[in-house]
Amino acid sequence: MTQMSMIQAIHSALDAMLARDPNVLIFGEDVGYFGGVFRATDGLQAKYGPTRCFDTPLSEGGIVATAIGMGAYGLRPVVEIQFADYILPAYDQLVSEAARLRYRSGGEFWAPITVRAPYGGGIYGGQTHSASPEALFTHVAGLKTIIPATPYDAKGLLIAAIEDDDPVIFLEPKRIYNGPFDGRHDVPAKPWTDEPGSDVPEGYYRVSLGSAAICRAGEAVTVLAYGTMVHVALRAVEETGIDAEVIDLRSLVPLDIETITVSVNKTGRCVIVHEATRYCGFGAELSALVQERCFYRLEAPIVRVTGWDTPYPHAFEWDYFPGPQRVAKGLRQALEA
Amino acid sequence: MRNLPPLHLHIPAPHARPGEAPDFSYLTFPAPGATRRPAPLTPEAEMRDLPYGLIRVLAEDGQAVGPWHPHLPPALLQKGLRAMMLTRAFDDRMFAAHHQGKTSFYMKSTGEEATAAAPSLALQPGDMCFPTYRMVSFLIARDYPLANLVNQTFANAGDPMRGRQLPLLYSARDYGFYSLAGNVGSRFGHAVGWAMASAFKGDDKIAMAFVGDGTTAEGNFHEAMVFAAVYHAPVILCVTNNQWAISSYQGMAGGEETTFAARGIGYGLPGLRVDGNDFLAVYAATQWAAERARANYGATLIEFVTYRVAGHSSNDDPSRYRPSGEARAWPLGDPIERLKTHLISLGEWSEARHEELAKTLHEEVRAAAKAGEALGTLGQNPPPRREMFEHVFKTPDWRNLEQRRECGVDQ
Repeated sequence: MTQMSMIQAIHSALDAMLARDPNVLIFGEDVGYFGGVFRATDGLQAKYGPTRCFDTPLSEGGIVATAIGMGAYGLRPVVEIQFADYILPAYDQLVSEAARLRYRSGGEFWAPITVRAPYGGGIYGGQTHSASPEALFTHVAGLKTIIPATPYDAKGLLIAAIEDDDPVIFLEPKRIYNGPFDGRHDVPAKPWTDEPGSDVPEGYYRVSLGSAAICRAGEAVTVLAYGTMVHVALRAVEETGIDAEVIDLRSLVPLDIETITVSVNKTGRCVIVHEATRYCGFGAELSALVQERCFYRLEAPIVRVTGWDTPYPHAFEWDYFPGPQRVAKGLRQALEA
Repeated sequence: MRNLPPLHLHIPAPHARPGEAPDFSYLTFPAPGATRRPAPLTPEAEMRDLPYGLIRVLAEDGQAVGPWHPHLPPALLQKGLRAMMLTRAFDDRMFAAHHQGKTSFYMKSTGEEATAAAPSLALQPGDMCFPTYRMVSFLIARDYPLANLVNQTFANAGDPMRGRQLPLLYSARDYGFYSLAGNVGSRFGHAVGWAMASAFKGDDKIAMAFVGDGTTAEGNFHEAMVFAAVYHAPVILCVTNNQWAISSYQGMAGGEETTFAARGIGYGLPGLRVDGNDFLAVYAATQWAAERARANYGATLIEFVTYRVAGHSSNDDPSRYRPSGEARAWPLGDPIERLKTHLISLGEWSEARHEELAKTLHEEVRAAAKAGEALGTLGQNPPPRREMFEHVFKTPDWRNLEQRRECGVDQ
């Protein structure tokens, strides 16, 4: 075991897979010689050579189209979209091609690609470096969507994503690349050192896609969160002293519906937290699923704590970001009903 | 102050509309044999005249002339002729089947058969074609079973696509034919990625991809061109310029500002402009680009100049937007007639043999269609409904399983 930050754990996963599987290759904007704007591929080109990790033209559509063709050939491409905000030129490739290739060809062709993209706010990135577009992908039949919340999970899930034979969107909460940000922007940022989930094996291991993690067991209310919001939710639980069960979904598709259902049937209350806009967000699907499966155990309306339905505003970042106080309010709302 | 006339907005329009005489006088085609043939490994910068020429081998009298003459064995030419004739017979039968309500939709490739049949025979086993939906002659030239084509058209129990795809959107991996979809252009970049993968592995396979003239306006086209050029991908990128994208003539995609082959110049890719109704020219150009690709010299852009004789699809009535006699006025003739005349001039074919083959192929198609109809036309005997929940993922997730139950097709 070694102490790693999330970005180090992602780097370690890529390193492990390049070493393990000669069909794995990495490409994207600035990922080659330079090592990526967030350093996820630092030194990998020097270590594995220019055909295993290389730069691309500034063309997200071209990057994903190329990856799909390579995947159809038999490779396992891992591509980086520099910011999730910039993935939209590749959206057609992901929706019309990657997601449907296996289905429409009767199983003759498939695209075992992994699309990594840093996402989410809290970094003063304004409306073009802060978006949380997960619901654009979870809505599409044939795509898997993964979001880690700790270095350990980031590495294990990324390895599982690369080895998966379906296309996987791997969204990395960039605000917690270097430390487990809990939403308190006015206190000094802390590093991952000695935080839960920062002990990471050096070598190969997998965290299987489709399994949620209960990161705090509790009886009073179930909190469903992923990415940065797991840490914000834990902070809110600590501040309020409410005996909440906090579930880190880790995998949005495939979703661990069993863990969610068991928990809400136990607590009878549910708060859903995400940073993305609320309307038609992933929380809407979670809310519908919980209502369909746990309605007769529910003792209160399901509460959603989310980003507002506006673009991410630069100067009002902390008004937009659903911090611990808003989550705490949501918890109390669920308990008081 | 300069005394200029006011600006005016240019909206391109075709040279003839319904009720007018067909007019192709604006197209200038060099004579057969006139366009030079540089060695395939010539630097791109020394070949920038080629996109403005027209590679033609077959002269009006059926003689093969000029430097692009590929000197193919007669048996191969006869195979190409048979594939094009079978394609036309098949298209006619399936189009009629649509009119009889046996399927939902059809698209004919009439007049364009050479642009897919010749590459099919020029490529090697293991190469991959990323086709358009008007390229069934590629499969037919490789003896893909007619039964599969018919069953897919009827979406019956024998449909290899399991009832998931519109007619013509085939996939045949073992025949080097990539999965089709109805959206245009978005597989152009897959061909580049596929070719890059072959190079990455140190293999010798190449890819060949096609879009229509209209699709060159899509971003996918340009993205694929950039990647192909940057990584020297062993891929042949083709534009089948059949003059019409549904009702939009090729000028609407910029075809009157320059040639589609000349799009290559901006990317540093060689551009060949080829008579797409000349089987020998299509074959020779494919061979030239394939040789270049296999020698690590990277991609070539080829424009096949042809004409879409039929409507866009069974839902289209071209008499609403183009002159009725346009197909007959098309200056590059018919690919089947031209290859037939050539074979006759070689003493390797005759009118009698041609008629006999046409009859045989008609029977072959009739038998395949009958067998397909017996298995089921659209909606009569579809593949098991439970299969519609398969292949969304490699392994169905809980939603697929739950919804399969909900749909009542679990067993």
